[in-house]
Amino acid sequence: MPPVQAIIRKELRSYFVSPIVYVVGGVFLLTFGFLAYLYIVFTGAQAIQLMQMQGGTAQINLNDLVFRNLFASMRFVLLLILPILTMRLLAEERKLRTFEFLMTAPIRVSEIIVGKFISVYLVFIGMLLLTTLVPLTLALFSDFDWHPVLTGYLGLLLLGGFFLAVGLFASSVTENQIVAAFTSFGLLLMCWLLAGLGSLLGDTPAGQVVSYLSFMEHYDHLVRGLIDTKDLVYYVSGTVLMLFLAHRIVDASRWK
Amino acid sequence: MIEVCNITKRYGHLTAIDRVTFRVEKGEVLAFLGPNGAGKTTTMRILTSFIPATEGTAQVAGFDCAEQPDEVKKRIGYLPETPPVYQELTVAEYLGFVGKLRGLSGTSLTQALDRVMERLSLGSVRQRLIANLSRGYRQRVGLAQALIHDPPVLILDEPTVGLDPKQIIEIRELIKSLAGSHSVILSTHILPEATAVCQRVVIINGGRIVAEDTPDQLSARLRKSEKISVTLKVPPVNVADRFREVPGVEHVLTTADPHTVLIECALGRDIREDVARFAVGQNWGLLEMKPVSMTLEDVFLKLTQREDELPKSNDTTIGEPH
Repeated sequence: MPPVQAIIRKELRSYFVSPIVYVVGGVFLLTFGFLAYLYIVFTGAQAIQLMQMQGGTAQINLNDLVFRNLFASMRFVLLLILPILTMRLLAEERKLRTFEFLMTAPIRVSEIIVGKFISVYLVFIGMLLLTTLVPLTLALFSDFDWHPVLTGYLGLLLLGGFFLAVGLFASSVTENQIVAAFTSFGLLLMCWLLAGLGSLLGDTPAGQVVSYLSFMEHYDHLVRGLIDTKDLVYYVSGTVLMLFLAHRIVDASRWK
Repeated sequence: MIEVCNITKRYGHLTAIDRVTFRVEKGEVLAFLGPNGAGKTTTMRILTSFIPATEGTAQVAGFDCAEQPDEVKKRIGYLPETPPVYQELTVAEYLGFVGKLRGLSGTSLTQALDRVMERLSLGSVRQRLIANLSRGYRQRVGLAQALIHDPPVLILDEPTVGLDPKQIIEIRELIKSLAGSHSVILSTHILPEATAVCQRVVIINGGRIVAEDTPDQLSARLRKSEKISVTLKVPPVNVADRFREVPGVEHVLTTADPHTVLIECALGRDIREDVARFAVGQNWGLLEMKPVSMTLEDVFLKLTQREDELPKSNDTTIGEPH
C-alpha cells in the first residue's frame, strides 16, 4: 500500500474515533438544515402573500429564494467550522512529538501533506453528501432547476477545499491547535474582506485584482449557476498554493 | 555501519555539537553517554536525517544522511525520546500503520506484526487503545515501531526512561539480543545501562566527545593510582599523618566519616599488607579494608565536569567498592 494511502486511512481513523468529526459535522448539518428550513418557511410565507395579492397560483422560484440564500449563508458557516476540522492536522503531530517520527519515516513531506489534505477533504465531502437530503426532499414536493444547485455544490466543494488548505497551512506553522484555528480564521476573514476593499476601489485595475483575490465573487458565480474557468482556476490554484506553502513550512522546520 | 565525521550543528550562535566523530561497526552496540543537553539527541537527529548538520558528514550503511535521506531512513529504526505513538489508535492499528509507511503489506506485514508483538510481549495489549496503556507499554510500543521493518541500524534515544526495574532489565536483554545482527546506538545518562549492554561508550559533554572506549578501559584509563579505604575503630587525631609513615603511601585523604580514611599509592603497587600490619601494630582497631576503584560513574563525573566544579569533599569521590 502506498504511504499516502496509509496516511489517509490513519487520519480518517483518528477523525472518527475522536469527537471532532461528530461535533463539527453535527453543527454543520444542524446549521444547514436550520437555514434551509428558515428559507423555505420564508419562501412559503411569500408565496401565500403573492397568492393573496394576485389570486390563484403564484410562481415561486426556489432556486433564487432558497438555494442561493442557503449557499450564500454556508460560506460563513464553512469559515467558522472548517478551521476546527483542520487545526489538529499538523499542530498535533508537533505537540505529541510524532512529527519527528513522520519525518524520519521513509515518506516524503509532500505525501504527508497530500495524505492529510485528502483525508480531511473526504470528511468534508461526507458532510456535504449528508446535506443533499435537503434538495432531494424538496425535489419530492416541488420543481426547481437542478443546474444551479449542482454548481452551488461544486462551489461548496471548491470553497471548502480552499478553506481546508488554508487551515492545513495554518496548522503547519504552530504546535498549538487554538493558534492554528485562529490563524486560519484570520486568513480567511482577510481574504473575505478583500472583496469589500475591491468594491471600494471600484472598477480600477487594482480593484479588479483585489476582487479577484477574494473568494467571494468566484463563489457567487457558481451559486448563480455559472461555471467559469477563471473561478475554477482561482480555487484550484489557491488550494495548491496553500498546500505548497504548508509543504515549505514543514520542510523548513528541519532547518531551524 | 555508521560513520560520523566531524559533524557540527549550530543553532544561531549556539553550538549544539562540535566536531563529533565516531563510528559504529556492524553488530556493535554503542552507548552515547552524557548529561542532559550534551548533544545526544541532536546527533541522533542528524543520523536519522531529521535535521542536517551544519558541517561535516554522517553516513549510515554507506549512504549520506544529508544527501540520500530516503535510503538512510529505510535502514534505520528510530525511537525518539518520547515514544511517537498515536493515542487514538490501538496497538495493532498503530504498528500496522508504521509497517505500511515502511512499505510492508499483506503477509509480510502480518508476520512483522506478530514478530515484534512477540518480541516485546505486546500480545496481551494488541487491541487496546494506546491512550490507555502505561508508560512502560508505550515505550515498548515505541520500540516495536522501530523494529517492525527489521532495520540494520537502530537508534534509540533513552530507551529505558520511565520504565520499572523489571522492564528495564527486559529492554536491556532485548537490546543485547539485537547485538550481532544489528548496529545499535543508544543514548542514556544512566551509567549502569551503558556498562550492562554496550561494547563501547562514547561520552559527550557540551557538544564534544570527551572520551570513547570500552566501559572497562574507560575506568582503567582514568585510574591514576590505587586507592584503599580503611576503617578504624579508634583512629588517632592525626591519622592521616601517621599513615604517611608507611612506605609507599602517597596520599591519605580523610572522609566525612572520621573512622574512615582513603589511602593512595602508586599504580601497580600493593601496600595493603603493610597498611594492615601498621594499623594493627598501633592498636587502632582495624575494622575494614577494601580496594576502591573508579566506576563509570566517577569517570563520567570527572569527564563531564570542569576541574573547579569537582566536588570538594573527599567522600564524594569514593567509588563503589569492588
